[in-house]
Amino acid sequence: MSKLSVIRPVFWDQGAAGAGNDRPHFDFRRIWKRAVVLMLCVALMPLLALAWFDYRVTQQYSENEIALQVDRLVSNAKRTVAFFLEERQAALEFIVNEYSFAELDDDRRLAGILDNLGASIGGFTDLGLFTADGRQIRYIGPYALKDQDYRDEAWFREVVSAGSHISDVYLGFRGEPHIVIAVKREKKDGSFFVLRATLNTAWFNEQLAHIKERGVGDSFLVNHDGVIQTPTLAHGEVLDPLPLAIPPYAEDTRVYTTTDGAGREIVMGYAYIPGAPFVLLTIGDKGELLRPWLGTRLVVVVFLVVASLLIILVVLGVATNLVNDIYRADLERAMALREAAKASKLASLGRLAAGVAHEINNPLAIINEKAGLLSDLLGAGENGGANREKLLGLVASIHRAVERCAGITRRLLGFARPGDIKVEMVELSEVIREVMEFHGKEAEHRDIRVNLELDSELPAFPSDRNKLQQIFLNLVGNAFAAMNDGGHLYITGSLPDENYLLITVTDDGCGIAEEDLKKVFEPFFSTKTRIGGTGLGLFVTYGLVRELRGQIRVESSQGVGTRFFITLPLQGLEGEEENKGNEHAHSVG
Amino acid sequence: MRILLVDDEEELVSTLAERLTLRGIDADWAASGEEALALAAQYKYDVAVIDLKMPRISGIDLKKQLAVDHPRLQFIFMSGHGSASTFRSGVDEAGGVDYFLFKPVDINQLLSRVKELVERASGPEWQTTNR
Repeated sequence: MSKLSVIRPVFWDQGAAGAGNDRPHFDFRRIWKRAVVLMLCVALMPLLALAWFDYRVTQQYSENEIALQVDRLVSNAKRTVAFFLEERQAALEFIVNEYSFAELDDDRRLAGILDNLGASIGGFTDLGLFTADGRQIRYIGPYALKDQDYRDEAWFREVVSAGSHISDVYLGFRGEPHIVIAVKREKKDGSFFVLRATLNTAWFNEQLAHIKERGVGDSFLVNHDGVIQTPTLAHGEVLDPLPLAIPPYAEDTRVYTTTDGAGREIVMGYAYIPGAPFVLLTIGDKGELLRPWLGTRLVVVVFLVVASLLIILVVLGVATNLVNDIYRADLERAMALREAAKASKLASLGRLAAGVAHEINNPLAIINEKAGLLSDLLGAGENGGANREKLLGLVASIHRAVERCAGITRRLLGFARPGDIKVEMVELSEVIREVMEFHGKEAEHRDIRVNLELDSELPAFPSDRNKLQQIFLNLVGNAFAAMNDGGHLYITGSLPDENYLLITVTDDGCGIAEEDLKKVFEPFFSTKTRIGGTGLGLFVTYGLVRELRGQIRVESSQGVGTRFFITLPLQGLEGEEENKGNEHAHSVG
Repeated sequence: MRILLVDDEEELVSTLAERLTLRGIDADWAASGEEALALAAQYKYDVAVIDLKMPRISGIDLKKQLAVDHPRLQFIFMSGHGSASTFRSGVDEAGGVDYFLFKPVDINQLLSRVKELVERASGPEWQTTNR
């Protein structure tokens, strides 16, 4: 709670708690929330959108990059594999075209050809010559396959019908994975013979291991039925079925993204090898391939989070400051309005009181004169008889009552007259000294200490000496009335800025109750009824201060004391003299 | 010594005149500026006590007119209206008066002011007539 209050905006609680007329005009919490949401939207939206866009673009770019890399590798490997097979098939084609069946039907010649093949293009394990009925009549190689009957072997039937054949990898009679390439040659007598070579699959394995080394992933051959032809890293043994669907035939290399059996995302590149029953597959773990990009992504995310946090902090700070300022301005406005209303009310009261006072003055004068005459008549002779003394007493009390009324009306009229100002250069210290001289005896008698703290820089300023005296007489008189014997009275004068003089009158007397504080400047408001207060002192003081273009306000705490603040303009009353004539043409008479 | 009291409040001005008369002063009264001018034309007054606010001819206008015709006449203003400074400014406008008094007027104060004025203006003459 206490920690929260440090950052809690000033309007947060006061906004709703302000009572009565002090309540601000706006819901500042709502304004604050709105400002925060709006600013966050404006600031964060583009950032997030840009980050998202960048994320997508980079991701797309990385994926494309991976696909391209895979595509390149697969294409290259495909070309290599296809070329390898074509080259060897072409060699066999050349042999059967170059040599007749009779020439080939010779172990030494065949062995020589195998040697030559091994020396020139390589990759051959053995070489065999077959008659049209599928019997291997000549065989040069490591296995004892001579005279084996291949009539029912799939490859033999294929070569008989198609003229040439490249087989899948298969075990055959020898029990070793191998590929055979066979070509058929028609003889002149209408029969034919077949030359077959076995290729070592180790060569493929080497080629494909190269791709694996490049870090793209698993790379191997499968046949069109999905049987694995070369060793894989993680997709099964040679001649096992591949646990993935074989992609549909395409002439060129394709790369696409899919999921494997375990649900992982994989990038699969494939190419059908032309003229051979193989599909070259390259399978990479997408997550693995995207790892470099993930690093970049992490940086972006961290940046985004830090930037967002900063933005949120700044927005909160700005919104709070802004709304605080508005709140304070609103509060000041409300206070100013309240002051204006109070001033206007007091001015109306003043006019009303003056009107009443003036109307009463004439009848009062008549009562005074009639009573005076009565007194004169009673005093002059023996009129009144036995009751004469009593009558004289009654007349005297009428006189006292009239005097009281006259006092009140005079003070009321004093308040009501704006502009009756005699402007001269006044030294504040002089005025206050005069006032304090007036109260000096009482202060001494009641042991009241008076502290005067007047700024030595205080200049003489144009004002009305009599009104100033009246103001301080009233305030000091009130202070004396509020204090017990032995109290303290402080009067200070200072220059808070170059335009105004600030005077405070502070006592440590009984103070004013909070509910009374609002009413102290109203006429006939008095708490001193028992001591005979008229309730006009502060009313008149207020009027006088306003006449001098000043302001007066009061702070008080019951049992602690009361402080009056008076601000007076240093220049405000200059030029009053010129206006006086006009004003009085209307106001006097 | 003869003084003229002018106020539109007849009750007031008549009583005041009567009280002054009781104190041995010849006091006439007028309830308007017109009456006052008529009386002033008829008799020679030493002091005129004039209310500031009256219908038709105001106290100030009356004073101006009287001052023209009777240069030796002294003036005291009285008013139930306003403060000392109001009063003074009104008086300034009227070209100066010797005294001003607030209503309700204290008879003794009025009396002493009147005596003072008469004494100041023509002291020896007044003293001789008084004796």
